[in-house]
Amino acid sequence: MAPLLEIKDLHAEISGGRKIIDGMNLSINPGEVHAIMGPNGAGKSTLSYVLSGKPGYEITGGEVIFRGVNLLELSPDERAAQGLFLCFQYPLEIPGVSNMAFLHTAVNSQRRKRGETELTSPELVRKVRELGQTLGINAEMLKRPVNVGFSGGEKKRNETLQMMLLEPYLCVLDEADSGLDIDALKVVSNGVNALRSPERSMLVITHYQRLLDYIVPDVVHVFAAGRIVHTGGKELALELEATGYAQYQNEAA
Amino acid sequence: MAAPISAQIRPMKTSAELALAETFAAARAILPGGPDVAAQRAAAFGTFADAGLPHRRVEAWRYTDLRALMREARPLAAPPDADAKARAAAAGAMLAGLGFRRLVLVNGAFVPELSDLADLEAGLSIRSMAEALATGDALTARLGQTVASSDAVLALNTALMGDGVVLHVAAGTAIERPVELVFVTTEAAPVSMFTRSLAVVEEGASLTLIESHEGPSGVAYQVNTALELVVGAGAKVERVKITAEGADAVHLATVLARVDATATFANTFFTTGGLVVRNQLLAHLAGEAIQARMNGVSLLSGKQHADTLLSVDHAAPAGESRESFRAVLDGAAQDIFQGKIAVRQAAQKTDARMLSRALLLTETAEACAKPELEIFADDVQCGHGCTTGTLDQQLKFYLMSRGIPAKEAEALLIQAFVGEVIDAIGNEGVRTALADATQAWLLGRE
Ligand SMILES: Nc1ncnc2c1ncn2[C@@H]1O[C@H](COP(=O)(O)OP(=O)(O)OP(=O)(O)O)[C@@H](O)[C@H]1O
Ligand SMILES: [Mg+2]
Repeated sequence: MAPLLEIKDLHAEISGGRKIIDGMNLSINPGEVHAIMGPNGAGKSTLSYVLSGKPGYEITGGEVIFRGVNLLELSPDERAAQGLFLCFQYPLEIPGVSNMAFLHTAVNSQRRKRGETELTSPELVRKVRELGQTLGINAEMLKRPVNVGFSGGEKKRNETLQMMLLEPYLCVLDEADSGLDIDALKVVSNGVNALRSPERSMLVITHYQRLLDYIVPDVVHVFAAGRIVHTGGKELALELEATGYAQYQNEAA
Repeated sequence: MAAPISAQIRPMKTSAELALAETFAAARAILPGGPDVAAQRAAAFGTFADAGLPHRRVEAWRYTDLRALMREARPLAAPPDADAKARAAAAGAMLAGLGFRRLVLVNGAFVPELSDLADLEAGLSIRSMAEALATGDALTARLGQTVASSDAVLALNTALMGDGVVLHVAAGTAIERPVELVFVTTEAAPVSMFTRSLAVVEEGASLTLIESHEGPSGVAYQVNTALELVVGAGAKVERVKITAEGADAVHLATVLARVDATATFANTFFTTGGLVVRNQLLAHLAGEAIQARMNGVSLLSGKQHADTLLSVDHAAPAGESRESFRAVLDGAAQDIFQGKIAVRQAAQKTDARMLSRALLLTETAEACAKPELEIFADDVQCGHGCTTGTLDQQLKFYLMSRGIPAKEAEALLIQAFVGEVIDAIGNEGVRTALADATQAWLLGRE
């Protein structure tokens, strides 16, 4: 079975700045959930940005194959249409663009690019309302501009809504648990778990074992100084919670 | 031949100024109106001749040097023939189908057979300005009385005003159906048009007045248009002016608005077309507790130059005004916003706020904002702000990461940027039409 995502010896730096990703290797098979844990500033968010094609980074080596294509050659929107979704650590507010209009444009842009028929407004509204209900997002929030005035938890729910609607093959969740209270954590995790399927994989970036109680990983990686320095099963997360990263940071150095 | 030495200090006349003097000399005998109007024209032309075309040393025209931008003055347009009228039939497409009462002016002349004058609401009267001037309609005595101004471009309009529309809404009459003035230029040869309109909305009446201007690209025609607007006590007037002139046109427009006590006045400029566009709005907020909203959107590209001059004169207590302008600039376009809020000593408890924002889509586009406050009352709340920026790349990436292509992501952000102004318009059909026009402009971007 071919991996869904394969990162081979990836090197990336901030344009005109320093190197952040330093020889990273990772292979994720369809259906697997991988967790990435690591110290602040290790480059975890940078990895998620490089994967999704955010401008401002220079790829200086290596390659990323996603569903059989060279991901690094695609624009961010093409990557999304190919089935990559990044759940942002800090979702942005977009004044003046209503949540519903945004979702409509996103869904149909992707469908158009894949040669699928576009959803009509009523079809989309129905789908969004249904998903919104499971996530505690009401009709009023859907009318509001994207994330404007949303609480931290509401923003994360909104990210989850987008993900559930867009049905990607790979969900990259960057600290999906940050800023969530216990109830919201369950709601978001349930949303993510509802998406788990034999074709769909997850890359879950987190600092806390707690999230992994809800979204149970198949593999846990320790990420330090721009690369994966250690890999284990789900028990590794518990171990890290007890011991911290000190030993692995030495390994990386 | 050497010029005689004169004690008078006068700027050298440009060829455009000389041509305008010739135009006036030739036309004054045939322009509509009795002796009073003729005297008014002569005085106005004197004002223009003394000042000449505005140039950089005239503060209000500092960024739009008409002497340089209007090298030639075009001949007056002839009355439209059957051909011109036929070509004008398709005009005003942007708002077609909304059921507005349409009044069509072709090459500066009111054309009744293209206009919808049937079933006029009780209390609404509509006439052509040329006819009103020629027959000495009492309303025309109000021309020049709305707001005092010595602006040279307005003076030129007064001197050469040919036609336009005279609207009157009787006291207490709510006109539900919007009235739309469609100004269309059809000539393939460069001509000039001087139109003047007057709308008097009496006490407690209400009116939505739309105005659109369009014409062919590739023709360097010149439009000088003016509107005097009287908003009576407690009246409500919403005006929207769409400037979608051809790509080579010079369009100079003046609005003089007088707003009486407790009246509501809203004016929105929407500018997409014309090589040089000047919109000047002089609002005399004469009565107490008025509410005014004066907004604008400019979508400019190529070498377009648009200049908005706003003068908001709070003359009575407890008035509230909001001014909000947005410019989106592509190519090497230039947008100028000069906004002045004056609060007279009597105008205590005035609440006035002005904000202009420009979005530069290229490095060659330019925006310039000059806000000004002149406050003589002590118990007021006034503020102004202006910003110039580029598209937020973080937001653009966020949208793209959801599958939205770059151009569409930009379009969403730009729609949002101008949306605030468009959404403030009271009429839903106009809102939708302007949002669509914005979308069309965005799709037309290179
Ligand atoms: N645009 C930027 N300019 C300069 N430095 C940056 C930029 N973006 C990230 N960095 C730096 O790169 C390093 C990696 O940052 P990144 O956000 O990827 O870390 P992280 O592993 O996600 O950390 P955290 O756990 O705190 O979220 C940090 O030292 C950060 O300061
Ligand atoms: Mg991070």
